[in-house]
Amino acid sequence: MAVSVDEAVATGPTPDRALPARRRGGRGRSVLEVAALTVLAVVMLFPVLWMIETSIKENRDVYAVPAEFFGFTVTMDHFKDVFIGPDGGRSDLSVAFLNSVLVAGASTALATLLGVPAAWAYSRFAVKAKKDQLFFILSTRFMPPVVVVIPIFLMYRQVGLIDTKLGLILIYAAYNLPFTIWMMKGFVDEVPSEYEDAAMLDGYTRLQAFRRYTLPLLVPGIAATAVFALIFSWNEFVFAIFLTSSDSVRTAPPAIAGLIGGTTVDWGLVAAASVVFALPVLLFAYLVRKHLIAGVTLGAVRR
Amino acid sequence: MSDPVLTTDAGQVAAGPPPAPGRFRRLSDRGLAVAFISPALLLLLAMSVFPLLWALYLSFTDYSATRGGRAYFVGFGNYTAILTSAQVHQRALTTLIYVVGAVTLQTVLGFTIAYLISRRTHGRGLLTTLFLVPMMLSPVVVGLFWRFMLDAQFGVINSMLGSLGLGQVEWLTRQRTALISLIVVDTWQWTPFIMLIALAGLTAVPKYLYEAASIDRASEWFRFRTITLPLVWPLLLIAVLFRAIEAFRLFDLVYILTNGGPGVSTETLSFHVYKVAFLGFNTGTASAYGILMVLVVIVLSQIYLRYLNRLKEG
Repeated sequence: MAVSVDEAVATGPTPDRALPARRRGGRGRSVLEVAALTVLAVVMLFPVLWMIETSIKENRDVYAVPAEFFGFTVTMDHFKDVFIGPDGGRSDLSVAFLNSVLVAGASTALATLLGVPAAWAYSRFAVKAKKDQLFFILSTRFMPPVVVVIPIFLMYRQVGLIDTKLGLILIYAAYNLPFTIWMMKGFVDEVPSEYEDAAMLDGYTRLQAFRRYTLPLLVPGIAATAVFALIFSWNEFVFAIFLTSSDSVRTAPPAIAGLIGGTTVDWGLVAAASVVFALPVLLFAYLVRKHLIAGVTLGAVRR
Repeated sequence: MSDPVLTTDAGQVAAGPPPAPGRFRRLSDRGLAVAFISPALLLLLAMSVFPLLWALYLSFTDYSATRGGRAYFVGFGNYTAILTSAQVHQRALTTLIYVVGAVTLQTVLGFTIAYLISRRTHGRGLLTTLFLVPMMLSPVVVGLFWRFMLDAQFGVINSMLGSLGLGQVEWLTRQRTALISLIVVDTWQWTPFIMLIALAGLTAVPKYLYEAASIDRASEWFRFRTITLPLVWPLLLIAVLFRAIEAFRLFDLVYILTNGGPGVSTETLSFHVYKVAFLGFNTGTASAYGILMVLVVIVLSQIYLRYLNRLKEG
């Protein structure tokens, strides 16, 4: 079955079956459909807009009853509070953001470094029990994180990886590896192995053939896969909250969640932190929009 | 290889004269496969299989992470305790209501949106991208934000209900509405997922089928029922299965949105495992609990992969 994401997310006019349908169905129906779509879009986007709006409201407007949709004073104070602490130095949140950048970046690099060669090997060679191995790899990704975190917690405590960035990097890399292998295998399968055969006839070794001919063609695929791994690690919460405790190690999701711990919650700050935290993800998601289906189904469903 | 295009293609990319033929080519193929695959497998063994085996061992003991000390073997004691516990049955029911409710809602909504978008000629790309935003957000951000919007006193939802002349609802502090809120929030976040997959299925339906149908003057409903649905169904089923697995494992949203409460009304199995493990520190019991959950997930993912294979072959 052909499933093209390019078509699904294609911009511009697509003269499709919508045309004859509309001619037959008439105007009223089409208007009704547009109205329904608009209502659904508003409902789906309202929470996001409300989050952005709250992040630029002054506190008294945030808690106004009834809620104020327009005509409030715009302030950037909450965004300032996200980055600058009360004492004028760096805030805990900004430290957490930096930790997130480091942990997500390093774990993605590790997963890519281990996953891409493995995907190539699975695609090109007759590996023993290949299907079983691939199923095993994917199945590790389906484990409930809250279940896995119990033994990981004990193991980390034993080897001194608890409350370290390295510990998070390792678990995120392992968490992203199945996805990287499955998605990359799809990309490698699309590059004809004849390229490598031809190069080997010219006297290159298998490894040289891979490096010189296949790898360059895989770069866009690697980039897309890495961005997905980055998004997963960036958003991850369960491992982050149970395997870290100190402010200097904690990543952003538990740090943002920690803002609601007290009796009064500074929702303006929560909103601003959420907006700052969500921006890179939305940007990345836009970059990989063509690969979304492969990405969200762990690479199992492609085109 | 006999294809001349391919050889010239490769020849063009080649820079400089080709090196001498590799001496270890036969050997290196095998060696390469092992060298390339084993690091990945080792990491997975260390971070997934080893912990899981450890959990399996602990599930037969009375070990407690805080008490430490020796772990005493209790056989299947933990398992029988869990499987016969009325508490666990209650959590299983909550999880079932949540999974079935959320996945059904998102499937209906997601498919509807996909169908409406697929009938538009203009602005499809923009619409699709906009609808996908909730799915990309972290569950922490989503949970926090809905908690704010659902707040009984100053939440915007109640504020809107008020201006419509409707009564206020204590969304997260009443037993029944809390579970509904959880379902609504999960639906909000994951409807785009179903929409994306359904849209892919809908755009892949060959156009000539509709043309043939309209020559036969088939009705819109007839075309939907006999062409669209059967062709999109397999892919949609995969999306549903995938969502069911994810919903079954859900923890973060519950933790942020309701923390299992009020009472235990939103305590899913995942959340209960966490309580047993990290608040009760009954590590042995929690491990047995976890193993049982993993078994459920393995069965679900087996079905998922089986459908996938059938889809790929078909």
